[in-house]
Amino acid sequence: MVNVVDSAPPVPKVRTARPGRRRSESWIRRVPLVPALVFMFIVTQLPFVLTLWYSFQRYNLNFPTAPRDFPTFWNYAQIFGDHIFRTAVLNTVLLTAVPVIASVVIGVGIALLLNRYVFGRGFLRTLIISPFLVMPTAAALVWKFTILDTTFGVLNFFLRPFGLGNTNWIGQHSQLTIIAFLTWMWTPFMVLLSLAGLQSQGEDQLEAARVDGAGSWRIFRALTLPQLRPYIELGVLLGSIYIVQAFDGIYIITAGGPSTDTTNLPYYIYQTAFQAYDIGRASAMAVIVVIATILIATVALRLISSIFSEEGMRGR
Amino acid sequence: MKQQTRTLADRQAKPLTKLLLGVLTWIVVLIFFFPVLWMALTGLKSETDANTSTPHFIFKPTFAQYASVWKGAGGLNGLPPYLEHSVIVTVVSTLLVLLLALPAAYALSIRPVRKWRDVLFFFISTKMLPVVGAIIPLYLIARNLHLLDHVLLLIILYTAINLPIAVWMLRSFLLEVPAEVIEAARVDGAGLVRQLRRVIIPIISPGLAATALICFIFAWNEFFLAVNLTTVNGATVPIYLVGFVQPEGPFLAHLSAAATIACLPVLLAGWAAQDKLVRGLSMGAVK
Amino acid sequence: MPIRLSRRSGMALLGVVSASSLALSACGSSGSSSTSSGPVTITVAVVANPLMTTIEQLTPGGFEKSHPNIKVKFVTYDENTERANVEKDVAAGGGQYDVLMIGPNDIGAWSKNKWIDPLTSYANSDPSYAVSDILKPIRDALSSNGTLYAVPFYGESSFMMYNKQMFQAAHVTMPANPTWTQIATLAAKLNNPSKGVAGICLRGKTGWGENLAALDTVVNTFGGQWFDTHWNAHLTSPAFEQATNFYVNLVRKYGEKGAGNDSFNECLNIMQQKRAAMWYDATVAASTLDAKPSPIAGNMGFAPAPVMKTQSSGWLWSWALALESASKNKSAAWKFMDWATSKQYIAYDAAKNGWASVPPGTRTSTYQNPKYLAAAKDFAPLTLKVLNSVNVKQPGIAPQPVPGIQYVGIPQFESFGQQVSAEITAAIDGQESVATALSKSQQIAQQAVTSAGLKTGG
Repeated sequence: MVNVVDSAPPVPKVRTARPGRRRSESWIRRVPLVPALVFMFIVTQLPFVLTLWYSFQRYNLNFPTAPRDFPTFWNYAQIFGDHIFRTAVLNTVLLTAVPVIASVVIGVGIALLLNRYVFGRGFLRTLIISPFLVMPTAAALVWKFTILDTTFGVLNFFLRPFGLGNTNWIGQHSQLTIIAFLTWMWTPFMVLLSLAGLQSQGEDQLEAARVDGAGSWRIFRALTLPQLRPYIELGVLLGSIYIVQAFDGIYIITAGGPSTDTTNLPYYIYQTAFQAYDIGRASAMAVIVVIATILIATVALRLISSIFSEEGMRGR
Repeated sequence: MKQQTRTLADRQAKPLTKLLLGVLTWIVVLIFFFPVLWMALTGLKSETDANTSTPHFIFKPTFAQYASVWKGAGGLNGLPPYLEHSVIVTVVSTLLVLLLALPAAYALSIRPVRKWRDVLFFFISTKMLPVVGAIIPLYLIARNLHLLDHVLLLIILYTAINLPIAVWMLRSFLLEVPAEVIEAARVDGAGLVRQLRRVIIPIISPGLAATALICFIFAWNEFFLAVNLTTVNGATVPIYLVGFVQPEGPFLAHLSAAATIACLPVLLAGWAAQDKLVRGLSMGAVK
Repeated sequence: MPIRLSRRSGMALLGVVSASSLALSACGSSGSSSTSSGPVTITVAVVANPLMTTIEQLTPGGFEKSHPNIKVKFVTYDENTERANVEKDVAAGGGQYDVLMIGPNDIGAWSKNKWIDPLTSYANSDPSYAVSDILKPIRDALSSNGTLYAVPFYGESSFMMYNKQMFQAAHVTMPANPTWTQIATLAAKLNNPSKGVAGICLRGKTGWGENLAALDTVVNTFGGQWFDTHWNAHLTSPAFEQATNFYVNLVRKYGEKGAGNDSFNECLNIMQQKRAAMWYDATVAASTLDAKPSPIAGNMGFAPAPVMKTQSSGWLWSWALALESASKNKSAAWKFMDWATSKQYIAYDAAKNGWASVPPGTRTSTYQNPKYLAAAKDFAPLTLKVLNSVNVKQPGIAPQPVPGIQYVGIPQFESFGQQVSAEITAAIDGQESVATALSKSQQIAQQAVTSAGLKTGG
């Protein structure tokens, strides 16, 4: 039923190529890779070359005839004095880290609950994955207008007995709103991953631990958590990749506000490009984000290596 | 995963604890599901029932909102053209992803190229770049190629956003293919295409399905590129929905009905193929 | 060997190229359809709004019937998305739209950049169109150096609307020319949170065309201004601060709940559901609020925009149709623009939906039509009066560097106005004090004009 990374079938042995054929052999191996690599290179790298080029120009769509002053560091200088950019950086960290951590914690919790025998377990699992499947645009609109709205929102109706029936969630708790929205969307993903991890856990091991008199918490920490670790790491990695780019929910629910409370980097770059039409400055921000991402990614990629290191070796 | 094993913890827990945990599970899951349920329910209401500060839980269901979303009413266009674009873009890009990703994954697993690790990292690293930073160049390139507002543009871009994940996932699935099988085929002189068609694809077809499902979900739900690069002829379902960002008149039921229809294809696919979803997301670690 | 391989990868590339050239040819054929005999499709970008909804409904049976060779596709966005998508398209020459809905603030820069085509000759070519019939303040606002660059779908100023039943029930009356102080007193009396009724509905939603539009008219009449003639920002001046404090306190104390999310459409809903007694907003609202099938039609009272230190205080705006320069179907596009802003459209709309809800504020003939004056007697004369009383060059008590009542008439305003309006929303939501919001706004505004090179020196 369930299998884990390290109990995989035997590794295919790479044929030791005969010396004379080594070069052509290695070329043949590359062929299947070429279409995908070329495609990705053209579609993802070329636009960034243009972005880099624009970032050294004073390029504003509003002023098509103004001199571009290429090359100039004006955009970068502007950004380093821009307090909204700093706010956006901090918001990005906050609005990524908290949803990722919260969805992992809640996700593992729900997975533990669902891993037990519960009446209607299959049905519950069907329900819990739904938030991950729904279209973020649709979910954001539904949250904004039918759930969180001060007057018509069903949340305030449920909270009325507790005296919170008039809360202006989107206005007064905007960061919480966005965090809750993202956590809601991504928790099912973490549940699925954790369930996969839990189901790969050997019953015998648990049985043995229990016979030894270990308590539930110790068993969880000593056996279950290490077992789940690669799954959680994968969840954190993929979750971060997607949540750090969160745009739909912010665009629709809070529009980055009030003030700049929920303005993250994607949204701020969007505003700079399409409200200020300042292509140069928006491009420079994008370049800074890319550089920062590469730095962070080097750390993150080390994490992936640990995820697939065992099976990764088998490829050799 | 149909099989419901009673775990050790279950057997040892006291009946009351078991009951309480069961109830807790139901409550938590229902809280998470509630917004989806509420969306579908509100779509079945009349606007009078939907626009109230004390929600009507009991109401006379009507399909009028769903019908008007379909046909278009009150100045709003109907959903079908948007659905059509979404279907074309999603299906074609998903097929294209598989077509490109499978050989690439093969070259990164079964007969790996020398620096396969770096290549894999390159694919994944493209997922980390902010899309918003490339939108202006993409817009200008698309304009020069006369691809603005064209489904082909979204097909190309959605292929690019899903390809890295697909390569990564398919690679994990390919690693599970027994080496002897491939070796045998190769000794028989089967080329790459034949190896894939005759041997590999039949074995990893569940993995392929899982990958396709994930690509389908992300392509169907994508908003940012669609809103910036299409208007009419390539506009997808999320673009239809942003018409509701600035509401007018009582609109909650209409919005909910539209949102429900927009989510339905992916919801149904995801529900029907839950196990695939788990497999796909855990990168093939779960068989 | 490498030769064979590179040929193969070359084949792959060839595949990509041929696929895209195929797409190009497909595109080309649809793009050049204007020259062929088949029907031409024009794309019209509009802002989601009740009167736009009406024209979308009336186009198939009206325009498309009389012009069987032209198909009209509307693209409806919320205001912020529409502005972003439209400006990106015109600036990059994308040509995705043929007809654009824009406002007076865009006319100067867009015509100078040749993003939109001059319309004077088009308009003069159709005698029945009667350009001189278009109300002068609106026509001026949509012209640059005497050339018409957009034709008004509707025109508006701002005024005070109120629910007469609620006023009667509370035994209060609306003065003929209210001051803001009087409005605040009325709002306090009419506010009834236990019944879910707010004293007044005001815009709080972020957007320079949203909450700032309303607030700026208050600032003007309180004697404040954004910039003096030397581009010094005055957002922390006593008058500006007093006006903002007044506005924010009014909506926080007696306004609708969750005002930070509300703008025109939301307040329109709130008024129709009798959840607010007064509403200060665009005059165009009356055409929806006081006409069938509005549940409060016939129950509305109207008064000029409240004042403090000036004689009048309404804004001037028009959602108008412009012709994108990159459009490939200009003659078809003009035919639609002509129809949509003509006397005939107004008559057609009246025949279908009644006179009270026709697009207001565009044509003198509308205000001379006895049927319109009968159906819209409560608000039509007042609308015309306030439209004619606006002073775009100097709406406040001090001279300003560029014309504009509820906006600063420079392209940069769209960006820094947005940022300032987000601060105002934060104040309305109670997340910041007015003083903090304004001191941040002062910096934002001053820095914007300084880096734009408008203000030189310290």
